Amino acid sequence: MQLSREALLKAYRQMKTIRLFEERLHDEIALGEIAGFTHLYAGQEACAVGVCEHLGPKDYIISTHRGHGHCIAKGCDVIDMMKEIYGSRDGLCKGKGGSMHIADVNVGMLGANGIVGAGAPIAVGAGITAKSNGTVSIAFSGDGACNQGTTFEAMNMAVVLKLPVIFVFENNHYSEHTGEAYAVGAESMTARAAAFGMKAIKADGIDFFSVYDAMRELIDHCKAGNGPASIELDCERFYGHFEGDPQRYRGKGELERIREERDAIRTFRAKVTEAKLLDAADLDAVDAEVAALIDRAVAESKAATRPTAADVTQDVYISY
Amino acid sequence: MASKMIRDVIRDTIDAEMARDDSLIMLGEDIVGGNGAPGGPEAIGGIWGTSGGLWAKYGPDRVIDTPISESAIIGAAAGAALTGKRAIAEIMFADFIGVCMDQIWNQVAKFRYMFGGKSRCPITIRMPYGAGYNAAPQHSQVIHQFVTAMPGLKVVMPTTPADTKGLLAQSIRDDDPVIFLEHKALYAVKGEVPDEDYVIPFGHARQVCQGDDITILATGMMVGFAEKAAADLAQDGIGCDLLDLRTTSPLDEEAILDSVERTGRLLIVDEAPPRCSLATDLSALVAGKAFSSLKAPIEMVTPPHSPVPFARELESAYLPSPEKIVAAAVRLMSYRKV
Repeated sequence: MQLSREALLKAYRQMKTIRLFEERLHDEIALGEIAGFTHLYAGQEACAVGVCEHLGPKDYIISTHRGHGHCIAKGCDVIDMMKEIYGSRDGLCKGKGGSMHIADVNVGMLGANGIVGAGAPIAVGAGITAKSNGTVSIAFSGDGACNQGTTFEAMNMAVVLKLPVIFVFENNHYSEHTGEAYAVGAESMTARAAAFGMKAIKADGIDFFSVYDAMRELIDHCKAGNGPASIELDCERFYGHFEGDPQRYRGKGELERIREERDAIRTFRAKVTEAKLLDAADLDAVDAEVAALIDRAVAESKAATRPTAADVTQDVYISY
Repeated sequence: MASKMIRDVIRDTIDAEMARDDSLIMLGEDIVGGNGAPGGPEAIGGIWGTSGGLWAKYGPDRVIDTPISESAIIGAAAGAALTGKRAIAEIMFADFIGVCMDQIWNQVAKFRYMFGGKSRCPITIRMPYGAGYNAAPQHSQVIHQFVTAMPGLKVVMPTTPADTKGLLAQSIRDDDPVIFLEHKALYAVKGEVPDEDYVIPFGHARQVCQGDDITILATGMMVGFAEKAAADLAQDGIGCDLLDLRTTSPLDEEAILDSVERTGRLLIVDEAPPRCSLATDLSALVAGKAFSSLKAPIEMVTPPHSPVPFARELESAYLPSPEKIVAAAVRLMSYRKV
């Protein structure tokens, strides 16, 4: 599919923002600047952006514990996200959610989620709303969540109710610390989704264009009233399950190899420059702009207001 | 004013709320029934008779029959509610909460809080509950003690037809998740229900009868048992102040403490087993905040620490009863400090 220069630059900017956001978090966490559990999305950028570049604010997504990329791709404010991860009162969720629960319902982002497999049923409900709006609902899941019963229930219910829900399975080949080859009992998650009675396809999750084109087809399919669909995206996780994970389950040289051969940003740059759609200078300018944004996000987060004990009981409806 | 059974009040209130608000949907197993079967839709109308005729009136996009998938039912209601709709989800038996606990506890209850107050989740989860039908251990339980303990949920337990109407309307219109518990043994209870539209705000107990000797706190089917016990006790000159709590979260602490300060004696009747229950929670409240008013140790009438048994004799022995409440009241009145 031919994209405009502006659309290509935007897609690249989104992917680069995710990459630098995550790389910076990796550094800041190592310095002890950030509390709690953080799961980085770096390596999977083409998945989130290839899906979300089709979506508007009335299309809905629900994400996973590895959710920063989906948030950025769907339009959450990057500085407010960083403030949230730093636990600031000015964060997107006022410091109540943190990395695993970033959400902004106003942009159609229904939350990262700390429970593997919890998102798919909620995406079915957003699909009920989407059906009445003429939009779509996206359930991002990993190869880990694809084995949860909740995901099975959600896929079946979406088929039964003919809802415009797209189950996006980002197969990064690891459910936490266990290989997909062990944990996914079916021939593939695509075969499994197809068995539920929905259109199910695969795409290359490190290639923005592969994801983007496949999603166009699925969104058209859903909006035509054909019920849900599924896509399996073959992708790579550049960091561990969580920050601090020693990754002893990786093969020798595996990380170096995937970073060399399976990098979504490099793949995008090579494709657009070889096709003379964008110059390296255009892309470098985006890199500089994004780097400045991330610097600003971190600086503002470190200086942002901290929550107080009085904030603990806000937004629980009832006090005792 | 018309005399109606609670099950019909529930159906009629949902009907009125669906007519009032186009964004309201409802989901559940067999709430329509007969879909994909020779009998055709509306063959059931809810196994409790609480949704008859609604599918025909509002259509399959608003009255949604689901597969047997409790997690997907709650998740779907939640996703719809997060994106601008209002939802009623029916879990056929409260005992099935175990199957969908994550969606209730980790998702629905926490959205508003963990999203920094920037989302709402207007969902009413209706759950028929309770013993009395020899339905055995997995179809007879109460669950109010669990959900009351969860921050982020409101918990409603109506006992009269008139309260059912006002509390259900309030639940559906509330912008936060509400667990609406319907005691199975009360569905056929009949009573006068005002015709006009009204809501009953949460956190206000109903005074069932007044007396100066003993405060009795009860919910659900226990309210009727306690009312009968109070009538018997009145024959013997013992006056009971009986409060039907109506909502366990929020809790009407003021009414409870006011009553205990007046009577000096507390008897709690709870259908939950005795440990970590509503009864123990209320007992702690009164012991902490009205200790000096107490003339006797707090009495709790509850089932024993066991699953709900099947056989008639066993279930009767398990449940609190008016007789057990009277016996506890007599113990309270005869207590003397040594």
